[in-house]
Amino acid sequence: MIRILKSREALLVGVILVLVALIASRFPAFVAPANLVNVLTDTSPLIILAIGQAMVILTRCIDLSMASNLALTGMVCAMINVAYPGLPIPVIIVVALAFGAALGAVNGILVWKLTIPPIVVTLGTLTIFRGIIFVISDGAWVNAHEMSPAFTGFPRADILGVPVLAWLAIITAAIFFVVIARTPLGRAFYAVGGNPDAAVYAGINVGKTQFWAFVLSGMLAGLTGYLWVARYSVAYVDIAKGFELEIIAACVIGGIAIAGGSGTVMGAILGALFLGIIKNALPVVGISPFWQLAISGAAIVIAVAFNARAGRRKGRIILKRAEAGTNG
Amino acid sequence: MNDTKRHIPLRLQSPMLRAFKSWETLLLAVAIAIFITNSFMSPYFLNAWNLSDATFNFTEKAMIAFAMALLIIAGEIDLSVASIIALSSTAMGWALQYDAGVVTLVLVGLGTGVLCGGFNGFLVTGLGLPSIVVTIGTMSLFRGISYIVLGDQGFRGYPPEFSFFGQGYVYWVISFEFVLFAVLALIYYVLLHKTNFGRAIYAIGNNPTGALFSGIRVARVKFILFLLTGLMAGIAAVCLTARLGSTRPTIALGWELEVVTMVVLGGVSILGGSGTIPGVVIAAFVMGLVTFGLGLLNVPGIVMSIFIGCLLIGVIALPRLWAMWRS
Repeated sequence: MIRILKSREALLVGVILVLVALIASRFPAFVAPANLVNVLTDTSPLIILAIGQAMVILTRCIDLSMASNLALTGMVCAMINVAYPGLPIPVIIVVALAFGAALGAVNGILVWKLTIPPIVVTLGTLTIFRGIIFVISDGAWVNAHEMSPAFTGFPRADILGVPVLAWLAIITAAIFFVVIARTPLGRAFYAVGGNPDAAVYAGINVGKTQFWAFVLSGMLAGLTGYLWVARYSVAYVDIAKGFELEIIAACVIGGIAIAGGSGTVMGAILGALFLGIIKNALPVVGISPFWQLAISGAAIVIAVAFNARAGRRKGRIILKRAEAGTNG
Repeated sequence: MNDTKRHIPLRLQSPMLRAFKSWETLLLAVAIAIFITNSFMSPYFLNAWNLSDATFNFTEKAMIAFAMALLIIAGEIDLSVASIIALSSTAMGWALQYDAGVVTLVLVGLGTGVLCGGFNGFLVTGLGLPSIVVTIGTMSLFRGISYIVLGDQGFRGYPPEFSFFGQGYVYWVISFEFVLFAVLALIYYVLLHKTNFGRAIYAIGNNPTGALFSGIRVARVKFILFLLTGLMAGIAAVCLTARLGSTRPTIALGWELEVVTMVVLGGVSILGGSGTIPGVVIAAFVMGLVTFGLGLLNVPGIVMSIFIGCLLIGVIALPRLWAMWRS
């Protein structure tokens, strides 16, 4: 019980509650159920993406191409919808998942088979994926009036007072809770990130595990791509540009160690919610939205400092002492 | 960082090292091939003034790339460089409101860069935090401050003498920026390849613990490298601001990725420990020539970025594919 209270997730829940309480004390309308649902819906894409990114970071990799994957898959879905307006939404969702997973697999193959560092691979595919959007769309926008009502209506459809978009984030979270805690693949993510050499001796294929992490993150990016395009009813080249860093920010704030092997799905969700609440609260409290970037930057730096203090290993401390010894 | 080595190596990977030695030669061949292709594709390519204009595509980014190369060789990275440019430029615009002269403007620009670099350096070496996340954080923070100051506004009205740093020519078609680029390339070449400090950078990148026990002050060297990267971003900010003649919070947006691409393309291992300045210089020319040549052919910028992305992955993948095919 004490361990749970001292955990990173409990701390974040506390910070988020204090934050919400502070806002509510001045602006009670912020905590009205309808508004809280709005905040959750608005943060849902970030939650889904942060869960995907968390899988990749757990295996000591990083996926900088998620936002580009999202934009490309979103454009593909929108163009399919324009070409075949009668296609049912489940088919579109399957296409989004499959196409996103395929793009993720490209990253995964390069990391697995050619052992190129993930940051280089995804830096490259970040620009390539976005460039391909321009090539297939010829730089044109797909606008709301070209999309079918079913296509744009799906994420906004209401179930028990909560939009489908938010339900999908909840379902994704539930699935990945199970994947990470109860499947061999989920445990392999931790093993590979915690100690790749030991993982090899434990019979885990490190590259293959990283490959599957990329496929999963690509799949979730693809799903979000359709949801994003449908929600905002527009698809163009620059959708979600720069969002990749906000995804990583959510993970870092959520306590997922960038060195791999440590972090939880709950952490990623809370990190995303923290950023989402700040983003939605700023206009309510009357602070210019131009403050948002600096605030999330400061939050990342503080969160990393926290992570490092919590996760400092014994080996490192010995080294520090050695350093102190040589210097003075 | 992302350690993809699965086995503890018993010896240095010599085939890899050999590949890196010939890397500059390979890259030079690519640069020459692009140059020749370009001059056949467009009649406007082989023109002294056009070529001089083309250098503006890469000089500012390359200045940062030199310092970034040192940082990456030492096993760290700085993703906040573009945001440092934004903050430096904003600080200069702010100083301009108080009728600052050209000298003050330049000092403010460089000073802001050094301060930002120092802040990164303190977080990484002082608090022992991983540089990749720290600089993702400060990347938002620095540009965020720029947004708070400027909002959707911009600073303009820089004095005419100030524009020399971005638009001036030293002799005929040789621009001030190009001269600065060449001088800095030489300084960084000497620093990395001819001094103890340079050897220390390689030692740290290959084995930080070993370097520490060899008496290298690892934290201090890394801190200096962060300062240098900040300073170079400050210099780039002066040049870019002078060239554009205005400051907006979106200035140099996305440059960090182009700078890292340039460094990696130049044969610097992203895992640290190896790379050369001549490689980075040639990579700068390759990227500049590609964007300029494709621009003359009316290829949109975003399509060029596909080419740069493929180049980045391709130059690393091809030697590995070749090795796999041979074995």
